Amino acid sequence: MAKHETPFLDQLESGPWPSFVSDLKQQAEVRAKNEEGVEFQIPQDCVDDLLGVLELSYKHGRTHWKHGGIVGVFGYGGGVIGRYCDQPEMFPGVQHFHTMRVAQPAGKYYTSDYLRQLTKLWDFRGSGVTNMHGATGDIVLLGTTTPQLEEVFWTLTHDMGQDLGGSGSNLRTPADCLGSSRCEYSCYDTNALVHFMTNEYQDELHRPAFPYKFKFKFDGCPNCCVASIARSDMSFIGTWRDNIRIDQDAVNKYVENDAAYPSNAGAHKGRDWGPFDLEKEVLGLCPTKCMKFENKKLFIDDANCTRCMHCINVMPRALKIGKDTGCSILCGAKAPILDGAQMGSLLVPFIEVNPDNDYEALTEVVENVWDWWMEEGKNRERLGELIMRQGFQKLLEVTGIKAVPQHVQYPRTNPYIFWKEDEVEGGWERDVDEYRKHHLR
Amino acid sequence: MAFISTGYNPAKPMENRISDIGPKDYNEFYPPVIAKNKGKWSHHEILEPGVLVHVADSGDEVYTVRVGGCRLMSTTHINEICEIADKHCDGHLRFTTRNNIEFMVDSKDKVEPLKNDLASRKFPGGSLKFPIGGTGAGVTNIVHTQGWIHCHTPATDASGTVKATMDVLFDDFQQMKLPAQLRVSMACCLNMCGAVHCSDIAILGYHRKPPMLDHEYLDKFCEIPLAIAACPTAAIKPSKIKLANGTEVKSVEVKNERCMYCGNCYTMCPSMPLADTVGDGIVLMAGGKVSNRISVPKFSKVVVAFLPNEMPRWPSMTKAISQMVNAYSNGANKYERLGDWAERIGWEKFFEVCELEFTHHLIDDFRQQAYMSWRQSTQFKF
Repeated sequence: MAKHETPFLDQLESGPWPSFVSDLKQQAEVRAKNEEGVEFQIPQDCVDDLLGVLELSYKHGRTHWKHGGIVGVFGYGGGVIGRYCDQPEMFPGVQHFHTMRVAQPAGKYYTSDYLRQLTKLWDFRGSGVTNMHGATGDIVLLGTTTPQLEEVFWTLTHDMGQDLGGSGSNLRTPADCLGSSRCEYSCYDTNALVHFMTNEYQDELHRPAFPYKFKFKFDGCPNCCVASIARSDMSFIGTWRDNIRIDQDAVNKYVENDAAYPSNAGAHKGRDWGPFDLEKEVLGLCPTKCMKFENKKLFIDDANCTRCMHCINVMPRALKIGKDTGCSILCGAKAPILDGAQMGSLLVPFIEVNPDNDYEALTEVVENVWDWWMEEGKNRERLGELIMRQGFQKLLEVTGIKAVPQHVQYPRTNPYIFWKEDEVEGGWERDVDEYRKHHLR
Repeated sequence: MAFISTGYNPAKPMENRISDIGPKDYNEFYPPVIAKNKGKWSHHEILEPGVLVHVADSGDEVYTVRVGGCRLMSTTHINEICEIADKHCDGHLRFTTRNNIEFMVDSKDKVEPLKNDLASRKFPGGSLKFPIGGTGAGVTNIVHTQGWIHCHTPATDASGTVKATMDVLFDDFQQMKLPAQLRVSMACCLNMCGAVHCSDIAILGYHRKPPMLDHEYLDKFCEIPLAIAACPTAAIKPSKIKLANGTEVKSVEVKNERCMYCGNCYTMCPSMPLADTVGDGIVLMAGGKVSNRISVPKFSKVVVAFLPNEMPRWPSMTKAISQMVNAYSNGANKYERLGDWAERIGWEKFFEVCELEFTHHLIDDFRQQAYMSWRQSTQFKF
């Protein structure tokens, strides 16, 4: 018998898509029965109360959570988010219901052994409710009490070799696409790089020293499956500098509509779009029109290719990314608060991704950017906003990167160039008396 | 419920402390076929909705069955996922960026039993536990935020709006008949901790009323300077208020016309709540993308300024979303993303074919970039 009536939520149990309400109800029931004999460290009926408070929000059209004070684990300034219910007497099981962020593994690969360790811990010391995963990428453990925080952290670090993620004005837990682990498009090993960077910058991740949050995301190719270009202060997107590799026989298989060579790797199988038409679907949609097909041979003018991935996506068995691979770095993406949304702006067109020297080319750029942002950034100013305020030229200056036309979509449309004194021959100090010898007052 | 200690000693927090160890090493988690062929993949194919094969240069194959997952997930459900992984995949699995779960097997004959097992599992209420799909030219899972389940500033629920939307778009999750992939995202307030601003369709919770001021308690519960500093538009200033009983208290004053309803002040100061039954609701945005494919990444545009919160299934919202998806499906060319289609036909036609009303709220008036969105041309369609 459910502790609270939930007539609104009950209506979200039907329909084909997995019902989170059904899942929470089964969780409440599992806790109530407790067949495993768990010595619950937070109220056994917390999930019943979670359903109850959510139902109340459905009735009121308003949340019943308060942001909560300073809670955390000793020595860390992030990873725990305090949360309190504003109806504690009605729902005592979720009176204190803090969130813990747990750093997810690269590529979000897991073994069942590991996940069972985690679920066992969270049944014992928390609500058993999670997010797999939060928007930034962390495993999110949803709902425990203050005395359990250190205990959960202890078990994570001592028994599972697992640390917390970031929150607040910290480096947030970096995230990646699955990269070359299972994708032929990936121009670098995103899993290795995200793992390195997360470990390299543990201090920045756990101890707030930044003006505001800072996000790294790693996309293996310009398809941007992890959306780094839209939502990370520094976005690392795989690319290449040489030529797309062409298997001409395979190109002709696509042209012949061979069944083993479906266009777009089979992504359009659900509708009859007619026979595959190379001219129309690939050459005609190429943004730079740098391709031609003559005498059963495909030519790509690679010098004019912008590596948009379309032709490769359409014919993955015929076209491969180049071999001289690395990544581009874009800076400053963020959601709209406050000056409007920003997309990442290209800072480094190409940089090597080299694990053998601990990615030193990349970390140098990162640390130069951080030095500037930590010195000049105002409280709660994201990197993108600092770039807007002090200018893209300033970003180039602090990173020691030479301006190239690739940095802009088009050159400035106003001539109001703020010359620096040392850029102008002779400087700005002049002798007005000398001037007046030739120009009467 | 006796407290059971791990050994942590609050009096000596540094004793035996382990910190700064980061995430687990991904190498421990790779399925063997992934570990063996990493970096040496030749190509892939989507065999049917939700089922992919990746072929390595070595000739090895990995078959992936992708299923939709709720980001809000219980340990009971995770344990069931583990059971499936043990039964079919030697204990391996992964999650995608968009909250899908991927079960991988190393030969084709293991695919059908896995699919059948996944498809057979249902919750008592009738919903599927593991719907197979989310690949190719269809709708994949919605990435979203917390909403009313666990956040203090949401203007709507996240899990509920997502469930309602995915039920309506479910056919397109399990099929690949759209012109291109269609990515729907959900954020429950304008802070967008799920960055939805570059999605084909974005559902956004939005408040429309400035915070209320609990003057009698404000100075007792809050650090007034922190509340003032939290405001991104500098709409809050200190004030002195005379209460009904005559006592004068320190409090704040909000310049309502400057408020953008972000709730950042409420984060700092619980005496400034802003949630409101009729003030809060949904904004719909459309036409964004993050991929560099064919066209460059672009922001989503606001196409519906406000819809009320209609619990528990938000019918006005799902109706508007369906109208957009149907018009896009009927009108766009193969490979054309929703935003590219809208730009090709013109946004004036977009509103016409989607049967959405254009209102003055949809004309940008926020700071400098507003100008860029006005029409500086005589080229338009009647």
